[in-house]
Amino acid sequence: MTRGISGFGAYIPQARLQRSAIVEANAWFDASLKSLGQGQRSMCNWDEDTITMGVEAAADCLAGFDGYVPKSLYFASTTFPFFDRQNSVVLAEALNLPRQLLAMDVAASQRAATSALLALLRGEQDGMVVASEHRRAKSGSRAEMLWGDAAAAIAAGGGPVLAEFVGGESLATDFVDHYRGGEFDYDWEERWIRDEGYLKIVPETVSALLKNCGVEAASIAHFILPTDQARTPPAVAKKMGVNPAAIVDNQAATVGVAGAAQPLLLLARTLESAKPGDLILLAAFGQGCDALLFRATAAIGSFKPGRGVSGTLAAGREESSYARFLAFNNLVERDIGKRGETDKQTYLSGYNRRRDLVTSFLGGKCRECGAAQIPREKYCINPDCNALDSQDSYSFADKQGVVLTWTADRLTFDWSPPAYFGMVQFDGGGKLMMDFTEVREGSIDSGSRISVHFRIRQFDPQRGFRKYFWKARII
Amino acid sequence: MAEGIKDKVAILGMGCSKFGERWDASPSDLMVEAFEECLADAGIERGQIEAAWFGAGIDAFHVGASALPMAIALRLNYIPVTKVENMCATGTEAFRGAVYAVASGACDIALALGVEKLKDTGYGGLPQRSRGVENDMYWPNLSAPGAFAQLATGYRARHRLNKEDLKRAMAHVSVKSHANGAKNPKAHLRREITAQQAIDAPYIAEPIGLYDCCGVSDGSACAIVTTPQIARGLGKERLIAVKALQLAVSNGAESGHESWDGSYLKTTRIAAQRAYDEAGVRKPAEEISMTEVHDCFSITELVTMEDLQLAEEGKGVTAVLDGNFDAEGKLPCQIDGGLKCFGHPIGASGLRMIYENYLQLQGRAGPRQLPDPKLGLNHNLGGFPHQNICSISMIGHM
Repeated sequence: MTRGISGFGAYIPQARLQRSAIVEANAWFDASLKSLGQGQRSMCNWDEDTITMGVEAAADCLAGFDGYVPKSLYFASTTFPFFDRQNSVVLAEALNLPRQLLAMDVAASQRAATSALLALLRGEQDGMVVASEHRRAKSGSRAEMLWGDAAAAIAAGGGPVLAEFVGGESLATDFVDHYRGGEFDYDWEERWIRDEGYLKIVPETVSALLKNCGVEAASIAHFILPTDQARTPPAVAKKMGVNPAAIVDNQAATVGVAGAAQPLLLLARTLESAKPGDLILLAAFGQGCDALLFRATAAIGSFKPGRGVSGTLAAGREESSYARFLAFNNLVERDIGKRGETDKQTYLSGYNRRRDLVTSFLGGKCRECGAAQIPREKYCINPDCNALDSQDSYSFADKQGVVLTWTADRLTFDWSPPAYFGMVQFDGGGKLMMDFTEVREGSIDSGSRISVHFRIRQFDPQRGFRKYFWKARII
Repeated sequence: MAEGIKDKVAILGMGCSKFGERWDASPSDLMVEAFEECLADAGIERGQIEAAWFGAGIDAFHVGASALPMAIALRLNYIPVTKVENMCATGTEAFRGAVYAVASGACDIALALGVEKLKDTGYGGLPQRSRGVENDMYWPNLSAPGAFAQLATGYRARHRLNKEDLKRAMAHVSVKSHANGAKNPKAHLRREITAQQAIDAPYIAEPIGLYDCCGVSDGSACAIVTTPQIARGLGKERLIAVKALQLAVSNGAESGHESWDGSYLKTTRIAAQRAYDEAGVRKPAEEISMTEVHDCFSITELVTMEDLQLAEEGKGVTAVLDGNFDAEGKLPCQIDGGLKCFGHPIGASGLRMIYENYLQLQGRAGPRQLPDPKLGLNHNLGGFPHQNICSISMIGHM
């Protein structure tokens, strides 16, 4: 049976830091940064991380289906918030996927996502690979300029596909172009990485793949090679005989290179515009290489994700405060005030009781009176009903609503004041006092429409934990 | 139908500490200050008190948990002392305990005292604190101004008001209270302000600005209550009696059910009607002489006037700007300066408000004395507009 890609989705944080802001703050030390000062890079809000972006990308992908349920979920990143608490399971619960699921974290490599995608394509189940990356780079570094934060999701398996999996090839070799053994990456000279790394390892892998598949390099319509080295993809393409026009742009000046998420982000972007019959070559580099070859089918134009790469790319807002970027990435020690000093302990047994609410955003719907409500409690909330144990589980994660009341609170502690919150009335019933995220001053009032999003609610730096919950965003 | 509390219990004496940033005063010092005045006013000895109710609102570490801090501070004579906590309604809750004990016949003389030491936090505003294991997982990190600012947005949306008109009325609420507080030696803030100052002040939580917020201070207030017969036996004349004592507590409907739109305080409406029924009040706007209401924020006072049936629904802005609740108005509100000028030491406020009405009814309010008041209403609101505790007490001449 044909296997291949059945859907795709993406998420890029709204905030786009102007690279000129980084240059302005750091050129006194490294004047060479000026040559990279054009364009922008995506940056996570303080309440976004690898998991929250992954949820957005996966939801964007699932929005293109009618009731698709992946049997396996691979989550790829080098920046998981938890070293030991399976991040893919948090992702699965935020997506409210059934518990009968193979969930797996794939980490420690820039080709984590491509290796996971190969494993999925070579298996027998339908599933989804979600890749997400939120890398921290040292202040004033080239990496800080060139990297971005983003996530992407690819659904793959058998049945009708958008792009047929033609073949794959992997190569493992411990070529250490960079590594991360501590807080930040450490890398070697760019020219050496290009000449001895990309230009040798990628062609070796790709040529084996093309040979096995009986495909000529010149027939490749889209060539994806994730890298923050602008000149490397053309050099590799030339060496392999791939048409330079087939090279997919790494979006360094609009999004930034998103690490382990970059291969799937560019693949999703390519799938948005590919034509039936197009050959798509995806090569990912890192201690070797994964190369995957796809052929777009006649169904390629039929899939419509929630927003897709182009939609999330277009939904950006300019951020010009480098100080905010430093703060959000924990690159500077800030005075957060005494109100920030309160204990942020999460009581895990209590959390376990409330996972339906906190992670999956499930409330209840009363069988007696039909009232939707969140949180779901023992007695129905309708004052004219109050029935006991009468509620079925009811999802609010896919609901929209309107703002009833709101404020911008400058007294309470918040990582990015003022704290916006208010009462939300959901379409179809149910009401909840919620935090708002991504609020632009003057953009909110009673009656504003909202959608809900899985975000970080609080950090507990004392214990290395973080709390997530759903927040409202003005549509 | 129970016959209610009306005229069953009299106030024998009351006391109130100076409110303010009492850096040098411990909770015990504040309690003693209020208690000494109260004992002297009542004209009894400490040993005649048979039971006591102790109110302190916020975290045990400010005053200490249980009834012990009060029993020890006042050297009470191993009598039953009950600690009560019901957010901003705490002071009135202590009063309710003492009044009900006397009314039941369980004791003849009972003490109610509230205290709060807010200025040991190291920063302005109420202390940032946990909402509990489960609530902390999903509640916004809302401050008190952040919660009540939403009453303004909800009220404005419901009545289709523009921001400027509502803000002008909110400013008037604060200007009036500052003018009253300036005349009160026990108030914390004793400076008059202008409407423009209030309007121009920086936002704390939009649209609540600095002058829309009540102060934050330390303080204590207390009452000794007994039966009318015993009060008369102790030589008291022209007794001040409890006319109504009501409490309404949200059951979650406001926060989760669409039947409430965020534009009013449901508990206040319920508690007010019950209190009027208990006191036999048919026309509150005509029968009540003065009110001390929970002006934690200017918007709360404005909306509360409607919820107490003292202004027509949706017409609070006009009623306030017309001066109805000013010192010289039809129905003076916060004649002592209110929470606005006293600040709001949580556990003490309810009793502080009763204290002012008690003084006014006795003609002992000095330069701020109202002409011939007969019936005073006190209103507290603990928690947030979307889930709260409302207490209403009414006192008047026997």
